[in-house]
Amino acid sequence: MGFKNYCFRKSLWVFHFGGASCNNCDIEILDCLTPRHDLERFGILLVGSIRHADVLLVNGSINKHDRERLVEIYNQAPKPILVVAIGACGCTGGLFADSITFAGPVDKVIPVDAYIPGCPPKPEAIIAGIVKLVKKGR
Amino acid sequence: MVSDIFYFLVFPGLLFSGIAGGLLAWFDRKVTARVQFRKGPPVLQPFYDFFKLLLVKETILPKQGSPILFLLAPVFSVTGAVLSAVFILLPLFNITTGFRGDIIVIFYLLTIPSFSYITGSLASGNPLAAVGGSREMKLIMSYELTFLLVVAGIILKSGGQTDLYSIILTQQATSSYIGSISGVMLFIAGIFCLQAKMAIVPFDMPEAEAEITEGIFIEYSGAAYALIKLSKYIMLLALPSLIAAMLMGGFRFEGINIVWSILKIPVIVLLLTLIRNTNPRIKIKQAVSFFLVWMNLLAVGAIVLIFFGL
Repeated sequence: MGFKNYCFRKSLWVFHFGGASCNNCDIEILDCLTPRHDLERFGILLVGSIRHADVLLVNGSINKHDRERLVEIYNQAPKPILVVAIGACGCTGGLFADSITFAGPVDKVIPVDAYIPGCPPKPEAIIAGIVKLVKKGR
Repeated sequence: MVSDIFYFLVFPGLLFSGIAGGLLAWFDRKVTARVQFRKGPPVLQPFYDFFKLLLVKETILPKQGSPILFLLAPVFSVTGAVLSAVFILLPLFNITTGFRGDIIVIFYLLTIPSFSYITGSLASGNPLAAVGGSREMKLIMSYELTFLLVVAGIILKSGGQTDLYSIILTQQATSSYIGSISGVMLFIAGIFCLQAKMAIVPFDMPEAEAEITEGIFIEYSGAAYALIKLSKYIMLLALPSLIAAMLMGGFRFEGINIVWSILKIPVIVLLLTLIRNTNPRIKIKQAVSFFLVWMNLLAVGAIVLIFFGL
């Protein structure tokens, strides 16, 4: 594990892509940044522009409209980028898997590095998932 | 010649001001975290961010717009920030440059980072960056006059001296300018100018994260963004040092005075951070009228008081 990889692991900036979500996962993601969980102590920040991001968090079911936008966002991101699928809808499609507008879970659209299941996953589960992702390295 | 290069690259220049500015950036983030009852990032966090952006991430060039100007703008901003840091920190560390009129040069050098941000944002061809760039232009037009009046007030107060070293010596021989009424007024105007120059929260419309998603820096990634971060760290050291030199009597290096001297910079940064954490972002129109009317009135009032010797 070199110096580069160490700096990368210590400073993950997160861009949040919400698909056709029921907003429950969004709220749990925001919970991770509040005083109780405070992800900034690990150097994790929420950024507004995909050009600054190191991690792309995707939650919600991906429908046909979201699909194009997700691919566009993924192509705009500076590599290396890690993709995390959050929630049952992001990982598998969940409740919406049989819907006619459903366009496949996230890993059918872009390559995914980590899955965090749950409906919604607890903030602790999200933190545990990100820690596992960080430990796995690239 | 060798000493000039040493000044620029190592001691008050790139290396020193980068490291000290990074530590101040950590201090700023830690205080912000404590104000919000969070734990905050580790000490080396700004350096992790910088090296990650510099070494790991890919730099993406804009398809529309001008890639060369887009890449040169961060280099210009770092150069301007380092030059101003050298000119401010040399007199502060009691090294005389023998350069009369350097306070005017510092005034112009301090605008280089803002202007290169504008150039870079307009060269990126992104509409949100253009909005940010135009906001930064309006902000510069509003605060520069106030900042010039503050500098003019200091020059008048020191009896027409235009180099920072003799301004510091005059203060150390008598008393710091902040001890007088006009000094306090200049300090208030100067603090708000610093806030606008560094684009931190009451005046962060150029990079408003919520509405135009980092605005002027939206297209920057990788090494180019790392240089912008570096110039922000350096400005976070240079601007409070300028206030410490102009109004608070600079640094003194004998006995217990060292502690008070070094503490001046974190205290000013603490003040900036507290203002940032207790205020919302204001609209660009409000910022223009705030500087053009109220802060200019304050600075002009201070200059009038200086004429009466207060």
